[in-house]
Amino acid sequence: MGILKKLFKSDKKGENLDRGILLFENTSEVIRAEDILKSKGFDIKVIGPPAHVRKGCDLAIEFPIVEAMGILNLLEAQKIEPIDCLPSGDGNLKPVDLFNIKDYGRFLMVRAANMKITVDKNSLTIVNISGGGCPDVPYLASVLVGKKFNEVPEPRQLGHTLCGYALQLAYDKIKELCLQS
Amino acid sequence: MLAIIGTVPEEDFPVLFGKVKLINDFLYIEDRKVSIQRGTSALIASACKVFQSLKKDLPYAYLVGDTGKGYGSKKLYEFFVNDIKKRSFDTLTFHYLMPDADWCNKILLAIEELSVKPFLIADAGFMYAGKMSGNAESFDLFTPDPGELAFLADEQAPHPFYTRGFFLEDEGRVEEFIHRAYKFKNTAKYMLVKGRADYIVIDGKIKEIVSEPVIEALEPIGGTGDSITGIVSALIDSGYNPEQACVLASKINRLSGRLANPEPSSQISEIIRFIPSALKALLGLKDE
Repeated sequence: MGILKKLFKSDKKGENLDRGILLFENTSEVIRAEDILKSKGFDIKVIGPPAHVRKGCDLAIEFPIVEAMGILNLLEAQKIEPIDCLPSGDGNLKPVDLFNIKDYGRFLMVRAANMKITVDKNSLTIVNISGGGCPDVPYLASVLVGKKFNEVPEPRQLGHTLCGYALQLAYDKIKELCLQS
Repeated sequence: MLAIIGTVPEEDFPVLFGKVKLINDFLYIEDRKVSIQRGTSALIASACKVFQSLKKDLPYAYLVGDTGKGYGSKKLYEFFVNDIKKRSFDTLTFHYLMPDADWCNKILLAIEELSVKPFLIADAGFMYAGKMSGNAESFDLFTPDPGELAFLADEQAPHPFYTRGFFLEDEGRVEEFIHRAYKFKNTAKYMLVKGRADYIVIDGKIKEIVSEPVIEALEPIGGTGDSITGIVSALIDSGYNPEQACVLASKINRLSGRLANPEPSSQISEIIRFIPSALKALLGLKDE
């Protein structure tokens, strides 16, 4: 997930604020990635990357930024690893390592960006997931709520969107806090 | 008549359109049964509770299964732009859908071609798409939480997760963010900001702040934002003016929360159950 984190820390300028760019080691990887992503119906296109982000290949893939998590998961499953993942637009973006933590006694809530997760500290059961607006949020809640950490996959294995990614960050943090105490 | 457009968290749920029924903790549309525990179905159930209390017809829904891959949302968008030409809804509420600027444009174009434009409400993913596509002002009401308000206030951000650092969610800066969202034309005419205090805003002017009762346990409960959007949708469709509807929806949601006496582990269906009691108490209606 390291490459995804970069997406939210870039300060490059540009247009198309709802799009991101994937950079690859070589052209053949671009073509393979294009085939895979198009076969799964992603709205992508091959472009020439802006000069200031050119890193070894003169082709790149432009994609809908909200679908970054699903796209990177799919490429990882096919053993294709982009060398970088950048926003197309101005990306002086919100740091994703800031968490809001609220202790309700028996329950602990952690918020990362627009997603919140709440856990019963005694049983390590996920009792609620809230926030977000992408359609994997209700899906993630339907799978995870009522389950213990060790009973279900992590959000990153189920989610596809930026909301799913935000939930993964909150999940990592609350798991760390619960297992420490 | 109100129609709600959104998703359910199932892969194999087809595009469905129809009048909904609410029986206990389940919605029924066509021949499908949907739990009201989260997302769009929680919004629809909340709207149903209001309509039932006011003795009005239940709403219609456009629903599809989508687990985040976006395939279902795209099918629903395609269906909706054709189907809406045959309908004459007074109110449309768009909810958990994959944010897609192109489809948002197409849907707004289809709506513009209707003889009478419905009152347009957007929350969750479709509110993101409205802002992302530069069409926020085409909507009548947005219902953001404070984090989503910060996203609306940041003219550069295409998604709440993209909100720049200096817009970090801070409920102490809600008023500043409201003004900025209107300054850059990134929100609807009316806004109901759902937070520790709820802000009711018209054209950038804060008309009312509802802050009581505060129920601390509501914040972690998934669906409390969906319920308030469902309540306000039903009230507007029932004839309340938008400002009154926003204030009343905020109070109903809070009072329902208090009546449910929730814990952080409570589920939204436990709150929705109390909407009729809260509404009747606030409107001075008698229980049957």
